[in-house]
Amino acid sequence: MDINILTVFILAIFVGIEIISKVPPTLHTPLMSGSNAISGIAVVGAIIATKVGGQTGTWLGLIAVIFATVNVVGGFMVTDRMLKMFKRK
Amino acid sequence: MEYTNIFYVLASVLFILGIKKLSHPKTARHGNFLAFIGMLIAIAVTLLSYGELDFKIIAIGMIIGAMIGATFAIKVEMTQMPQMVAIFNGFGGGASALVAAAEFLKGGEITSFTLGTIVLSIFVGTLTFSGSFIAFGKLQGFISGQPIVFPGQKILNALMAISLIFIGMKVVQFPTEMNFFYAVIAISAIIGITLTIPIGGADMPVVISLLNSYSGVAAAATGFVLMNNGLIIAGALVGASGLILTNIMCKGMNRSLTNVIFGAVGLEQESSGDGEAKQISVKSYSTEEAAMIFDAADKVIVVPGYGLAVAQAQHAVREVAELLESKGKKVLYAIHPVAGRMPGHMNVLLAEANIPYEQLKDLDEINPEFEDCDVALVLGANDVVNPAARHDTSSPIYGMPILDVDKSRTVIINKRTMNTGFAGIQNELFGFDNSIMVFGDAKDMLQQLLKDLKEL
Repeated sequence: MDINILTVFILAIFVGIEIISKVPPTLHTPLMSGSNAISGIAVVGAIIATKVGGQTGTWLGLIAVIFATVNVVGGFMVTDRMLKMFKRK
Repeated sequence: MEYTNIFYVLASVLFILGIKKLSHPKTARHGNFLAFIGMLIAIAVTLLSYGELDFKIIAIGMIIGAMIGATFAIKVEMTQMPQMVAIFNGFGGGASALVAAAEFLKGGEITSFTLGTIVLSIFVGTLTFSGSFIAFGKLQGFISGQPIVFPGQKILNALMAISLIFIGMKVVQFPTEMNFFYAVIAISAIIGITLTIPIGGADMPVVISLLNSYSGVAAAATGFVLMNNGLIIAGALVGASGLILTNIMCKGMNRSLTNVIFGAVGLEQESSGDGEAKQISVKSYSTEEAAMIFDAADKVIVVPGYGLAVAQAQHAVREVAELLESKGKKVLYAIHPVAGRMPGHMNVLLAEANIPYEQLKDLDEINPEFEDCDVALVLGANDVVNPAARHDTSSPIYGMPILDVDKSRTVIINKRTMNTGFAGIQNELFGFDNSIMVFGDAKDMLQQLLKDLKEL
């Protein structure tokens, strides 16, 4: 196993905890929908999957591309829609 | 291949900067845009650097996905945000599990480590998928919000968890034996369901946050399968985010995570007899009388509960607040962590009604403010303002952090009826000397109050 990749994972968790703790409760819903969008990063894996597995893999990859793209597009759009509503006096 | 990793690092940096900018409403929108650019970079570099991709299949998938996602994003009502996030958690988990499954079905030489991460990714992803759809069903009202429990549920869950570990190890040992692989998928899906059905409607904010975290963990696990830094970093960020929010929600209810998942709170409990014997006598005022109290006040704190959103009264409350402000009064809003159906939900609902975000105060900020507050206006909130949480050790909400509305000079409580809140307990606050009840639908009441205030 590549130890570097585990290092990356653990450091990313610490960075995540550090920056997310600073998000105020007011913005917790956009944070959740925004992280939905970011978890759509699975689309990268889905794209690769359309290539790897022959027939079955391609179909699984297609469904995965659909699911992940829903997250990416829907997540970023709805987050933007919400954040637009937060106004000052 | 080296240059692709540089772009994944760039994408990850943009994700991190994006979340960092979410620390203030002023910069948040720009942050979301940065994260979006990061995602575009990650997608573009993947499309360009992996040869032999089936671009037609990918394009079809992306167009269908984009259309579904955009429709959701445009159409969803702000009150339905929890459902939408629940579905998206499910899609995220599902996508990760499918990618891991595709990698497994590719066959060929797969190392034991990769096989292990495939099993992990399929387990977490499938569990997130099935659990999220149960959560969605509960929030949408397709499935009863009551906890669904049956005898031997915990034993069944334990047995499934043990067999999953066992079968998962078999998959690693005998990767060509497909039945083990299918069994992992089936058991993971069932665990997702049996872990979610016993959780009551009131605890849904915790469940959504937890599933949010799982969807990140699933993405990270898939990252280990593919040895892809982009997935690992983004997955870790989402996993950490969900976990932090889960923790905040649990603290807001003074419950441990174990208690939320296995406690089945919200079931019709046998009444102790004690609570029912205590009859509370309340003072009921008309809106006209309430208007006079507001007129004499200098500082007003509005405490919105989910009842306010159900009555669609956010705009009405803003109109009342603006009128009071025009008369030189200070108006603030007290937002309890579990005021809505998901973390931060109430803030979004109020922002939608053009209430400035500076006026929205969280629990720690607002509680000292009640000391010199003239009127606390409680709208459709109940358990979060119940003083029993401070002293009554026998109360199911004992120890839960509450908004100290009872410290205000006057508390005006609007409710439709004397019905109890989520926890199913009577609220002693309603009988306090400084408490006044104004019964009626929140929207009607506020509109009437607005009229009466203008006529003063």
